[in-house]
Parts: sequence; C-alpha cells; structure tokens
Amino acid sequence: MAELPQPQEAAPEPGWIAPELADEFPGLGIFTTTVDAADGRSPEPLRERLRDLSDRVAGQEAILQRQRPIPWAYRVFFRHIGLDPDTTRTPPEELMLARIQGGRLRSSGRVADALAIAVAESGVAVLAFDADRLAGRLGLRTAADGERFAGRTTPLAPGTIVIADEERPVAILFRAVAEGVEVGRGSSRTTLAAIRVKGVPDVAIEEALWLAASAMLA
Amino acid sequence: MPEVLEELEIGELSEVLTAPEEGISRVPPAPPPGLDTALYEHDERAARADLRRQIAAMEAELGQLFGSAFPRKGIEFGVPAPGGGPRVLSVDELERVRDTLATRLADIKARLDDAGYVEQLNRRLIERMSAAPDEYKWVRVSNEDIGEPGCRHWHSRPRYGLIGMLKGWWRVKVSSGCPLAEPA
Repeated sequence: MAELPQPQEAAPEPGWIAPELADEFPGLGIFTTTVDAADGRSPEPLRERLRDLSDRVAGQEAILQRQRPIPWAYRVFFRHIGLDPDTTRTPPEELMLARIQGGRLRSSGRVADALAIAVAESGVAVLAFDADRLAGRLGLRTAADGERFAGRTTPLAPGTIVIADEERPVAILFRAVAEGVEVGRGSSRTTLAAIRVKGVPDVAIEEALWLAASAMLA
Repeated sequence: MPEVLEELEIGELSEVLTAPEEGISRVPPAPPPGLDTALYEHDERAARADLRRQIAAMEAELGQLFGSAFPRKGIEFGVPAPGGGPRVLSVDELERVRDTLATRLADIKARLDDAGYVEQLNRRLIERMSAAPDEYKWVRVSNEDIGEPGCRHWHSRPRYGLIGMLKGWWRVKVSSGCPLAEPA
C-alpha cells in the first residue's frame, strides 16, 4: 500500500455551535482543518489507496455496518433530526452503497477521493469547502426565517440545521453544499470539515481529518 | 327520593343542571400555591432527550435484526421520517418516530420468527429426505429455504435416470456453487 505524506497543517480546530443546538444535541460539533491543496486528477498513490480500500470493503461489511458504533451513531442522529437514513444515506453508508453498486470505489478527483478514504477508513462524515470562499470559522446553527441559501430559489425553512461561516450558511447539514463554496478548479486551499455527533469519539474525528488531509497532500 | 328532590331548589344543583358559561375555563392556569404536581411541570427538553434515547436503542436493535435477517428477502426495514429535516423535532414528532420504529421492530421480529419456523421445518425435511430419498421424489430444498446464503440445494433424483426411476433407486443430490456470471 502506498504511504501518504504527513500533513504539515495545524491540528483540527473546533468550530462553533449555536447554544440551542448544543443543548438539544450533546456531542454535536464540527471540526475543521485547512490544507494548501485543491481539486484535480488524483495522483497514482491516491488511486492505489482507493483500489486497496475497494478490496477491503465488501458485502459482508455492508451488512454489519449498521451495528458498528460510528455508523450507528450517524443513523441515530439522522432520525433525531428528521432524516430517514435509508433514504438520505449517512456518509459511510452512501460510500458503501457506491462500492457495492459500482463494484469498486472509483476515482473522482483528489477531493472526492480524499473524502472517500477518510469516510471509509474512519466512518466519520467529512466534507470539503473552498477555504478562500469562507468567511471566518465554520459552525452549526439553525436557519433564520427567510434566510437564503446559494443554489436554492426558495429561502430555507426556519429551524433548518445548517453549517455556516460567520456570514451565511454554506451547507445544509447532511444534505447539500451551497453554490460557490465547493472546491473547484480555481481553488487553491481546501477546508475539510468533520461532523461529530453523539457516540463518535474525538479520536475518530482527528483520524478522519488527518486521513483526508494526507490524501489531499498525496 | 322524589320528595327529596322536590325540597331542593334549582340553584343548589347548579353545577349539575346548568351548562357552564362559555369562555370560562374551569382549569386553573397555574397550580395553587404550595401545590406542585407532575400535571403542571412542562419540561419538553427532558421529554425530547428521553425519546431520543429510546430511538437510539431501537435503532441499535434494528441494526442487529438487519444483520440477522440476511440473506432473507422480503422483509421491510424502512422507517419513514417526519420530513422537513434536518431540524430539531418536536416531542410529538419524536414520539411518532419512536412509535414507528417500535412497530417496525415488532413486525420484523414476527417475520423472522415465522421464517425461522419454516426454515427449521425445511432443515428437518432435508434430514428425512436424505434418510429416505425415495419417499420424497423430486423434492428440492435450497439454501434460501433454510435461510442460508449461497446457491446450494438438495434434490431427490433417481440414479441413472429412467432406469433408476423404474427400479426405485433414488438419491439426494447436493448441488453447490452459484451459476457463472453472465455478461451484462
């Protein structure tokens, strides 16, 4: 298996969370790290890592995944926030489904591959943003009445849980990323964000961000 | 008794005979001083937290049943969500999620019990068939019938074709191995 380089970036930083969400969902949090890398064709070490992962992740694991602590924690949280985990898949299950249906994990670019490796190895939900398009730190809060979301014609329903920077929502939690903040061709830096829910240990969050950052720097 | 009723005036039975005036609530808005009862405590946050604990436990059980049910087919595991998420659900919505989960769990357990009973009967059938194949001519039992993965099946067939059929020479042939994958 190809060795990935050690990330030179800072340790994961905790994001902020609105008090009402922190009270309702103990353990909910967001952690970020930023790397000087962006999207593009995945290098051979990364693609080889993805192939190794495809060989290790198989049907039996798909059957037992729901019993594993971290995937179970996300499924529970999905039910707590009104999402059906069998329709809106949790990130580890969505990846597993892609592996089963596609026969293997297919390379889709550096960012997608890095996220796939992080999610598959750790089970933690990780997503990526263009660091230069974010204003301040990321956090979790609920949408205000009439708040707009880039990429949607209608305002967000009040109370929708969103990932936001210090100016606007940048993602609907576990649903969609806003237009204009995804990592694209013009990006030079990437902010990786891991979502912690109750039952996901901190060490898994650190591992997920380290895996994603290492893969981005491969 | 009628003489007793005649002695009472209507005003003495006003609570029973007259309808309450509209707009007047007979339920006090707050407990009387010094009287704290569970009826007046209203902590929805604690109720939501308790419902979430129940949902978490049921989801764990659902995951275990999902693993146990494999490779059986036709068992529904879906539990619809209230919709409109992601958001903080109310007590009523969390109760509906909990109740739907409970109903689904009960249904799955019943189906697995039924399937287990049928599979046990089929396993005994394999044993009897193996002991006396001529009593179960042409009977075929597959892995699916006994809740096992794979393509193996037990088939009572005559030895040497037509000759065996005429002579009464029967055997149980065990076939294994899945069919070769065909090009898409």
